[in-house]
Amino acid sequence: MTYPEDPMDTTIVPPRLSAGLSLHPSGATHGGENTPVIDLADVAVWYGDYQAVRGVSMPVARNQITAMIGPSGCGKSTVLRSLNRMNDLIGGARVTGVVSYHGQDLYARDVDPIEVRRRIGMVFQKPNPFPKSIYDNVTYGLKVNKMDTGRTDDLVEQALRGAALWDEVKDKLKTSALALSGGQQQRLCIARTIAVRPEVILMDEPCSALDPIATGKIEDLMHELAASYTIVIVTHNMQQAARVSHRTAFFTAELDDAGVRHGRLVEFNDTGRIFTNPADKRTEDYITGRFG
Amino acid sequence: MTTTTNPRGPSSADVRAELTRRRFRPAETAFKLALQACLAIGLAFLVALLAFAVTKGWHRLDARLWENMPTGRVSRAGEAGVQSAIWGTVWVISLTAAICLPTGVLAAIYLEEYADNTRWYNRLLELNIQNLAGVPSIVFGILGLGLIARVIGLGFTVATAAVVLSLLVLPTVIIASREAIRAVPQSIRHASYALGATRWQTVSRQVLPAAVPGIATGSILALSRAIGEAAPLILLGAVTFIRFNPDSLLSAYTTLPIQIYNLIKEPQAEFQELAAAAIVLMLVVLLAMNSIAIFVRNRFTKRW
Repeated sequence: MTYPEDPMDTTIVPPRLSAGLSLHPSGATHGGENTPVIDLADVAVWYGDYQAVRGVSMPVARNQITAMIGPSGCGKSTVLRSLNRMNDLIGGARVTGVVSYHGQDLYARDVDPIEVRRRIGMVFQKPNPFPKSIYDNVTYGLKVNKMDTGRTDDLVEQALRGAALWDEVKDKLKTSALALSGGQQQRLCIARTIAVRPEVILMDEPCSALDPIATGKIEDLMHELAASYTIVIVTHNMQQAARVSHRTAFFTAELDDAGVRHGRLVEFNDTGRIFTNPADKRTEDYITGRFG
Repeated sequence: MTTTTNPRGPSSADVRAELTRRRFRPAETAFKLALQACLAIGLAFLVALLAFAVTKGWHRLDARLWENMPTGRVSRAGEAGVQSAIWGTVWVISLTAAICLPTGVLAAIYLEEYADNTRWYNRLLELNIQNLAGVPSIVFGILGLGLIARVIGLGFTVATAAVVLSLLVLPTVIIASREAIRAVPQSIRHASYALGATRWQTVSRQVLPAAVPGIATGSILALSRAIGEAAPLILLGAVTFIRFNPDSLLSAYTTLPIQIYNLIKEPQAEFQELAAAAIVLMLVVLLAMNSIAIFVRNRFTKRW
């Protein structure tokens, strides 16, 4: 596994995979003040006796988009879910190593997972709006967090504008969220997430159920969101990682001596470096398509 | 094949002949007949029961049903009604619903949303609930007699009957509610948790509203069973002859199925007819309850 030579070096080498794609609109801050929001140190995730993924050490920098890529079964979604303790919901799952958020160990005994998820929101692979109205979808997070004081309508508008959905739904806020298209539903899920003002947004393959046009809209949105939020995205789509992310973590799955598959982090670096000059042979094989 | 090799493919006449030839598929036909036969058996018995009860009780299906047993009951058998049994049923079933619905739904929520089913005691609990659903109702009657009527001392009252009937249908309510709760997609729960909702917020605001149609349907069917139940109540004092309406939870009581059972035993033809009329009344009540179940399911399955 390889780190950038200087972990504090946050200079971004703009990825140049496809010509003509301008990468990060000026939104993201690339200043040297960028201490990690989340830091993983030798993290492993277990399901019962099975170690699903191990040896994960990487920082997640503020106001940047960090991508996790790798083949199926490499543990990238598992690691993502460990960042806001969604793995707690799976019986028998546990995390070893340290996941720290502003220096606080998220798995310390006295940490309340509810509070963690309030600050570290999540957007899922399949759009999963609540079977309620568009308006109620956005206000749900405000209600459960007792944030719906007085100016709820404004907060709903803000959130929907923030997710680039307002113009499409402003006249039908009280209609069913399930009547929206897949891409609109996913943007509604993003709106619902940003309504509670998290610091970090985790996205688990947010475009895998969407067509290319809807995918493009979500990617544009991610660039805008990076100005105010820290984003971690898991994606199967390497071009997507190259287009949207500042830094990329490459995971793979390997058999151990006993023939059991474990996911592991192979390489973490600036996205440009990963895609143009990877340090590890396995990364190179994967991004050039020579892998499995 | 009827076609010969042809560079332009088979002729349209050949294709038509192949596609429209009537084929006899014995397995398909036999299976369909078997299905219809099974349906017919069930329907035939229901129709026979209805026909029997309606013809026999037809001229007693009038205002006299809403009378109580007169004094000098044998000489005035033609004036007898089942009012006290109707009221008894209303009292017992209302109290049963009040006891078993909250208990059953909350138990189902625990088992589905809170219990860690990798723990042996939770699995044991599950297994036993399934078993309880198969215990004969007379056994619940014995339990009620020994424990609730005697040891706890509630006696032969509406309250005892309702507690025993609640225990009897509780497993059904729990199982139906669990199915309904389990049918709520996991993604809804995850979305809720990811927004910082607590477990109870997730259950009360997302899971339960989505599960209401299934819970309501299962619960009403369970209550229909309780309404028709006679065996445990025979042990619990309902069989006592009474001619007054229950007026409190600690009243003596009788219920419709018990009253039917009592009337059938009488030698007078008037009582036999009254029993038939009461059977029709029971069936109408059951039909009404099942209709409510269907209505609730359709009304609240509001597909957003």
